[in-house]
Amino acid sequence: MIQHDVVIVGAGLAGMRCALEASKELDVGLLTKVYPSRSHSGAAQGGIAAALGSSEPDSWEEHMYDTIKGGDFLNDQDAVEEYVKAAPRIIYELEHMGCIFSRTADGKIAQRSFGGHSKPRACFSADRTGHAILHALHEQLMKNEEKVKIYNEWYMHALIVDGDRCNGVVVSNIQTGEVEVMHAKAVVFATGGYGRIFKITSNAFASTADGVMAALDVGIPMEDPEFVQFHPSGLYRQGILFSEAARGEGAYLLNGKGERFMETYAPSRMELAPRDIVARAEQSEMDAGRGIDGKDMIHLDLRHLGKDRIMERLPQIRQLGIDFLGIDCITDCLPIQPTAHYSMGGIPTDKYSNVILDEEGTRMKGFFAAGECACVSVHGGNRLGTNSLLDAVVFGERAGKSVLEYAVGIDYGNINEAQEKTRVLEKFEDVFQRDGSESYNDIRDEMKEIMMSHCGVFRDEERLNVCIETLKGLQERFKKGKVTDKGKLFNTEIYEILELGNMLSVAQLIATAALRRKESRGGHFRTDFPKRDDENFLHHSMVYGTPDGLVIKPKSVVITKHQPAERTY
Amino acid sequence: MATFRIKRFNPEKQAEPYYEEFQLEVPAGATLLDCMNLIKWTLDGSFSYRMSCRSAICGSCAVKANGHALLACQRQAEHIVDNDETITLEPLGNMKPVKDLVVDFTPFWDKINKVKPYLQPKEAPPEKERRQSQEEFLLIDDSSTCIMCGACYSDCNTLEVDDNFLGPAALAKAQRFVSDSRDSKTLERVKMLSEPGGIWDCTHCAECVERCPKPARPFDRIKEIMTVALDKGVHNNTGARHALSFFNSVKRSGNLNENRIPVESMGFFNIPGLLSLLPVGIRMFLKGKVPPVIHHSIEEVDDVKRIFKELDQ
Repeated sequence: MIQHDVVIVGAGLAGMRCALEASKELDVGLLTKVYPSRSHSGAAQGGIAAALGSSEPDSWEEHMYDTIKGGDFLNDQDAVEEYVKAAPRIIYELEHMGCIFSRTADGKIAQRSFGGHSKPRACFSADRTGHAILHALHEQLMKNEEKVKIYNEWYMHALIVDGDRCNGVVVSNIQTGEVEVMHAKAVVFATGGYGRIFKITSNAFASTADGVMAALDVGIPMEDPEFVQFHPSGLYRQGILFSEAARGEGAYLLNGKGERFMETYAPSRMELAPRDIVARAEQSEMDAGRGIDGKDMIHLDLRHLGKDRIMERLPQIRQLGIDFLGIDCITDCLPIQPTAHYSMGGIPTDKYSNVILDEEGTRMKGFFAAGECACVSVHGGNRLGTNSLLDAVVFGERAGKSVLEYAVGIDYGNINEAQEKTRVLEKFEDVFQRDGSESYNDIRDEMKEIMMSHCGVFRDEERLNVCIETLKGLQERFKKGKVTDKGKLFNTEIYEILELGNMLSVAQLIATAALRRKESRGGHFRTDFPKRDDENFLHHSMVYGTPDGLVIKPKSVVITKHQPAERTY
Repeated sequence: MATFRIKRFNPEKQAEPYYEEFQLEVPAGATLLDCMNLIKWTLDGSFSYRMSCRSAICGSCAVKANGHALLACQRQAEHIVDNDETITLEPLGNMKPVKDLVVDFTPFWDKINKVKPYLQPKEAPPEKERRQSQEEFLLIDDSSTCIMCGACYSDCNTLEVDDNFLGPAALAKAQRFVSDSRDSKTLERVKMLSEPGGIWDCTHCAECVERCPKPARPFDRIKEIMTVALDKGVHNNTGARHALSFFNSVKRSGNLNENRIPVESMGFFNIPGLLSLLPVGIRMFLKGKVPPVIHHSIEEVDDVKRIFKELDQ
């Protein structure tokens, strides 16, 4: 048995920032199914938000309002306020750690415009901001290697709980296949999102809902799963990201007729409206046959920015276009389409990153969550670009502080090691024993297809019902899948199967919550209920897994400063 | 239809690696990683490799294709097939294979750790950000694009014969701090990097630049460290003395004084070092390869001197 004061699952921005904080007084085990530097935080390109006012005056108040309006008033405003107030300090601390940032002429951290932000507020490192922060945090962990033990390529299977207290996790070493129990006073999940359930996604193969489903398995609900963000500029067919920074720097979106169609949808902000609005505008154009060549494709036009600006501010995007398509954005338009990008929903936490068990906010003891896997909720129904890196770092740090407050001086809880281990070994055995009449690849493809077409940018009751039925069928077929590799050594196939199981479950949660929310808000759009309905739906969804199926209960939204108002751009 | 010839290895089943061929219809626009996934998901689920982001930023999927390291997600399969419509896939080099295309990255990360890969700032931080000019940012911009994929490490010719060499990725990471205007340990860093296993053990083959999937270009970064080391007066090592002797020889005579350079590189008072040259010298003498005792300048030596003078200005 492995023992640490605190075990953190996930080594992206939230997990590593948490580890740095918690290791000030505690012994930390940091577990990742990849390597820290391979975490998906590194794929974030455009920037991290903070009202620094490097180039023009800005304030946390404006950042707060933009975030709430961007989230379609579903955000918990007390949490948003603390989050935007912490932002400048968080950025300066990253700079002090050594993170590199692009600079202004007088050497300050440079800032650019981004969708939904009324001021240039995105601090950036060219177009690889997530990568810069990820590596800066990893550097700090290498500096503190005696305090934080990193478990590279380990997989988390289950939480160990005793009543309302969390005592550890069951894990396995991907390299050897050995199952181990990690006994801890506190557990932090920083396990990221689950965009892989959609056919077109910007997400890494690792973004598969492992954390959310492990929490659900021990009776913790999931908050707001129906709110999934589609990013307007995914590479056509591949879905990988072309940063919103392109539009922040001034790029246009053009339909098949060569029109800047955002004129019709968001005349005041044009291409820099929030992502939900831009993605819907694109989908509407494509659905009306106005995609490029009639296909599900829009053009991202950077040509007028000029070579120098592109090379200085967007070099990576240019290279992606060349590598993946043979298209140089200096001379040609890039083909894009909406791509599943971010989950606003997740494991419910309070603003101190403590996981909560119900709509009353009852705390689970010793269990914390931060970053994309958590739902605080600072993003409400739709997250603004550059607010996610900020979320990960702010709440990563907070989770660390909360862990210190909770775990210093307490004893380890009781666990039954053999029993916990057996539970996971049986899961493995179950997969190996299946009759093999179904192909996991087909199941995965069909799940991704149905989620994209029936639970994507536009939804309605009929399509959601079909989606839910289809997913039920896939879950039955999943029990009969065929496994080839029955070895223990670096068996990537078995982990992909476990991940697929998690994805099928989370897909069901999303579709079910989307069916119940008969309104349109932020990233959730019902063509049969195209208006926001504050009277009936100004609340979070808390989805519980019960023996009788999924049960959804409302949780009230915290409103402090800004009453819901009409959302136009 | 393309053939994927894959080096398979699973020590649980068989001690020795072998090659296995898979036929695949390559879909239009498919990356090499897309093809590997198709093989894994439709032909053989036990095929093992690392992957994650699909957008050339996480560094997981570096493999050897047709003998050279690359990122599988970054390249279109149709651009890699050879004349026989074949792509040969092997694990990265210079690291121990674990299973199929998965290798053990432990030595890679150990060497990254050795260069103290974190900022050691000059003083307590100010309230806000430390100022850094855009020009100073550009000095560390390229090295900071490194994604730790190991492609350079795999194909490094020095590492093939010298395990002790830090390798291109660690040295590129080191440059990121050597040249960071916010770091206070520049001299200590270049001294450490000038020791055996460091910058001067690089053979200048520039293979790492060819293989780097990002603008990090490790050999360019190694040259930048060399320049800083020489500027800072860190000359008391074979590599620096060799570089300076080389430089001075060309400056003086327009060509290399091959009698003088080895002696100057070792150092005039480095008796054991000089003695270690003797066997080579004797073999050269026996084979008739000893350079002329009296070194002659080239005819256009004045032009060379003029070039050096202009460079100095």
